[in-house]
Amino acid sequence: MAGWLSRPASETQVTHGQRLWLYILAGIIMLLLVAPTLIVIPMSFSDSTYLEFPPEQWSTRWYDNYFGSLEWRSATVTSLSAAFLTMLLATPLGVVAAYGLHTSQMRAARLTFVILITPMMVPLILVAIGAFYVYVKLKIVYTLAGVVIAHSLLALPLVLIVTSSALKSYDMNQEMAARSLGAPRWKAFLTITLPQIRFAVITSALLSFLTSFDEVVVAMFVSGGDNSTLTRNMFNALRDQIDPTIAAISTIMIAITTLLMTLAQVFGKTKEGG
Amino acid sequence: MRDSLTDTATEALPITIRGVTKTYGRVHALDDVDLDIRSGEFLTLLGPSGSGKTTLLMVLAGFIRPDRGSLRFGDDEVIRLPPHKRDLGMVFQNYALFPHMTVAGNVAYPLRLRGISKAEAAERVEKALETVQLGGYGARRITQLSGGQKQRVALARAIVFEPRILLMDEPLSALDKKLRERMQIELRHLHDKLGMTTVYVTHDQREALTMSDRIAVINHGRVMQIDTPSRIYDHPANRFVADFIGESTFLPVGRDGPVVAYEGQPLSYTDTPPSGDLVLMIRPERLRILTGEAREANRFEATVTDIVYQGDSYLMYARLADGAEVAVRGVIRSTTFSALPEVGGSVTLGLDPEDTVLIPAGDAPDE
Repeated sequence: MAGWLSRPASETQVTHGQRLWLYILAGIIMLLLVAPTLIVIPMSFSDSTYLEFPPEQWSTRWYDNYFGSLEWRSATVTSLSAAFLTMLLATPLGVVAAYGLHTSQMRAARLTFVILITPMMVPLILVAIGAFYVYVKLKIVYTLAGVVIAHSLLALPLVLIVTSSALKSYDMNQEMAARSLGAPRWKAFLTITLPQIRFAVITSALLSFLTSFDEVVVAMFVSGGDNSTLTRNMFNALRDQIDPTIAAISTIMIAITTLLMTLAQVFGKTKEGG
Repeated sequence: MRDSLTDTATEALPITIRGVTKTYGRVHALDDVDLDIRSGEFLTLLGPSGSGKTTLLMVLAGFIRPDRGSLRFGDDEVIRLPPHKRDLGMVFQNYALFPHMTVAGNVAYPLRLRGISKAEAAERVEKALETVQLGGYGARRITQLSGGQKQRVALARAIVFEPRILLMDEPLSALDKKLRERMQIELRHLHDKLGMTTVYVTHDQREALTMSDRIAVINHGRVMQIDTPSRIYDHPANRFVADFIGESTFLPVGRDGPVVAYEGQPLSYTDTPPSGDLVLMIRPERLRILTGEAREANRFEATVTDIVYQGDSYLMYARLADGAEVAVRGVIRSTTFSALPEVGGSVTLGLDPEDTVLIPAGDAPDE
């Protein structure tokens, strides 16, 4: 241990001992970030009828309760459908927009980019209220389509940013070469450009899925009835009766989210290696 | 099936450019360009950066649509055809190879687009790779290749579908000097073998002089002169061409009928000078130091201002009586360099009548 402390931690000869404070600080920050998320996992396996930590008795009854409940299952289907459809809508739209804005010579292109990423900067509650009023007029409030459109609006900026940055490091001359060799532009894009930005596109798709799957504020306003999302029902359940079922659901959601984020990271990393 | 990559020459096409104009805001990237490129010739578009040479190439390729003008490949008007329908090979400055494909995948790409069967494509790919001396490299990844090899793959990809026109946009600029010089010769041989009409863009005058059948010197979106390398070098049509290609000094001359005089001294010359105001163009390697035995040469008295040793040659700067400075280049042999006059000493320079080139005083044609 003493030997490790005096060993250099980097090329600059700073030892692990001198870095000790940094390790501790980083540890505390990570704990604070992760603990609120992780605490629900043991809570979900509690036998108690209300949320408690640490649990005194262990059981999987809340998982049984979740899988046995028609209402929860329906909300899960809604959430997964919304997330999947959001992914299918936002990813191609965002990729096409990123490509168009990247190749455009127009001055308005930069402005358009900023407009398209505003949903990321505007407070979510404003987007939710706005969407609600528009949807009432369009008569698509509490429909799956409404949720998908609103979530796509939120996912689009992520797709746009991830894909644009991939296009920035891509050599557009390749597409010109393909076209000179006889490929129409769409074919040049599909056979030359897309395969080379595929990791960004996959990452975008996963992020779009998660944006919808985890979203609650907009869902509170525009989803409902048969088309309530999982997050909306969880929020209501928390307010009405505090029931460890939502801890079980949270745990499942954490598992799904972590899995998808890990996939995104893995695909994102291989980008450099080609 | 034709077998042209190895034996016979591809039928080439002439290119006719008429009145092609392209403006960006107020800038004329191309200003009413007329150009006839002969069937099967190696034509170089040479000019400084921003001269419009690349814009012209992009018009030929179909990536830039001019404001007006006509472009014909053979008898066909192609100005409205999109790039993928023009059926021409193009080599880009940075190669633009597809890194997600192998060497063979890259070269087979244009064949795949043309619906050629796998077996035939494989055969033609290998043949094209052999043509650029990369036989057996098909399975390599693009990232495993050196710059010169990438260049060859780009070339193989551009010729494998036997286009009748080949466009090259500064294809050698990323290579080091020695490799570049070798590739210049190789590209020229390849052109002679395949026989396609080749349009080559460069800003490197030596490259243009080495490779071309003809050179079109471009500046400010206009063709300043189109001619063979030796005509371009020895008989520039105007001052811009004379200045851009090679080194030169311009001396003002007076004109009185057929008599052209510098500082009152009539010059002897062999070629009929153009009409209008003239200047005398002097290339450093055409000036000689006279040591008495002067034959018909035009003589200039001068004072040596500097002598620069450059290994294979020397460069001597001398000031003429009217204050103009000229440079004299000579080959260094053991006797020549030591025999040069001292700095500050006087020297008599000679210019043969055959090398006495009188050009219009203006910068551009038709002005």
